Amino acid sequence: MQETQAVQAELMKTFPGLGEVRVPRARRIFWNVPYAEFARVFEAVTGPMKFTILCTMTGLDLGDNLGVIYHLARTSGVTLSLGTQVPKDAPVLQTISHVFPAADLYERELIDLLGIQVQGLGEGPRYPLPDGWPAGQYPLRKDWKVESLEGCKLGQMGVADGK
Amino acid sequence: MVSKSRSENVQIPIGPQHPALKEPESFLITLQGERITKSGVRLGYNHRGIEKACEQRTYIQAMYLIERVCGICSHSHSTAFVQAVEEVAGLQIPRRASYIRTLIGELERVHSHLLWLGVAGHEIGFDTLLMYTWRDREVVMDLLALLTGNRVNYGINTFGGVRRDVDAAQMEQVLKGVDILEERTKYYITVATDEVTLINRLSNVGKLAHDDAVRLGAVGPTARAAGVARDIRKDDPYAAYADLDFNVVTATQADVYGRTLVRVGELLESCKMIRQIIKNMPDGPVTVKAPRKVQAGEAFSRYEAPRGEDVHYVRGNGSDKPERVKVRAPTMANVQAVAHMLQDGYLADVPIVIAAIDPCFSCTDRLIGVARESGGRGIMTWEQARQAGIEWHRARGIDFTRLNETFRCGEPR
Repeated sequence: MQETQAVQAELMKTFPGLGEVRVPRARRIFWNVPYAEFARVFEAVTGPMKFTILCTMTGLDLGDNLGVIYHLARTSGVTLSLGTQVPKDAPVLQTISHVFPAADLYERELIDLLGIQVQGLGEGPRYPLPDGWPAGQYPLRKDWKVESLEGCKLGQMGVADGK
Repeated sequence: MVSKSRSENVQIPIGPQHPALKEPESFLITLQGERITKSGVRLGYNHRGIEKACEQRTYIQAMYLIERVCGICSHSHSTAFVQAVEEVAGLQIPRRASYIRTLIGELERVHSHLLWLGVAGHEIGFDTLLMYTWRDREVVMDLLALLTGNRVNYGINTFGGVRRDVDAAQMEQVLKGVDILEERTKYYITVATDEVTLINRLSNVGKLAHDDAVRLGAVGPTARAAGVARDIRKDDPYAAYADLDFNVVTATQADVYGRTLVRVGELLESCKMIRQIIKNMPDGPVTVKAPRKVQAGEAFSRYEAPRGEDVHYVRGNGSDKPERVKVRAPTMANVQAVAHMLQDGYLADVPIVIAAIDPCFSCTDRLIGVARESGGRGIMTWEQARQAGIEWHRARGIDFTRLNETFRCGEPR
């Protein structure tokens, strides 16, 4: 618990006024930061603060905003779930795949399932939906239902298709 | 496929359906002669929308669904999920329950690693190893069936603990089984360290150096075989692992041979842990009462599955259904290192290099698009899919209508 609390104290000291750093139990830290501050925070936690492991990224539909949680970890086992939000009508994130190459697939999941745009992501096949998936259909958005596909044309694999 | 000149690149698609692959995934290999110059992977063929489905179901229904993310490491997913939900709900499970979860977890690791050893043998034409390991694996499958009632998808977990207790006679049986498994594991360690053909076939194949494993985010035996001593059981202990004495097995070879050594080494460690669990099994209840509705909150759960770190994130909203469930299976982390392992290797090594991460693509991919007979595509509702299944079987003489009526189950929702 000591290390977890030390990280909590360090985050609050380094980034004052950026919201509560929550520690529900040993080795678990949750912190939400505005996206305007995200790059600065991300650089610090993955650099000098040694959160060098990216466990995964979780996308969330929060109503007016889309949320992303970057689940980071230290080799000691302490994890930091660093959350941020972007507006649903212009959901744009910068890629982190230059820091964590493994983020490539996680970011493609956000693109396909929640409709978040990720800038700076290299070329590659989409994941996990098929190539012919109709445009504008984001299954992990809360208002999406299977019925939303009614009337949509599903294209053939390899051919991008719209409504 | 014949190339016109030595310098010409040839592209070969492997998958999504291919005899060398056990599950649908697609690799596009670019070759110069027999050498691989480039490779790409395409996933998603097993995407079943489980995360979305969890949001539409109660926690207890989601738990059974999550257990079916994977057929091999079902207990890993189920435990990672219930741990997260228990944390959101503020539940403290009894110590005996956490010991039983750990016991099933280690038995699952033994069955999974023995299964892998057999598959690896098969991929390199060493089918005797497949026959031996899969015969011995039956010992642990029987133990899992004895303790849980099932060979796969054990259904042992529930929110607040476990659904079945273990008695003294069962624990005695487990100890007898572990003696056999340990003896056989020692034999496999001899095979892995003495059998020249095996060593030569696997050495320097699918290289993934320490720094590359770290950079690409590899997990589990794939990372440990490159000397990356990471193991969630040690680094971020859950269930009963903080009470157990065990070693994190690593290797320095950083190739398929190293991955083999790590897995056989882990089999021995698992046997050691199972004995400790049984010797120190605490008395007391195996479950505490769990609420149907879970308060608003979030939790992040990590579990060392046989293939590596399995992570689940659960967010509750105060209702009986989760707001969000996120699953990241270990293969998702490892598959991105495969392209690196294949680079500059030989085409003939592709099956064993892919098999060496012990891939599980059902886990990795988690809507139903159905082809109509007319050739068009459409969407079936759950009810239509269920009815179509019943009618398909009925047309072939398999009809449970009377049985369902007798027991009043299986009624359409």
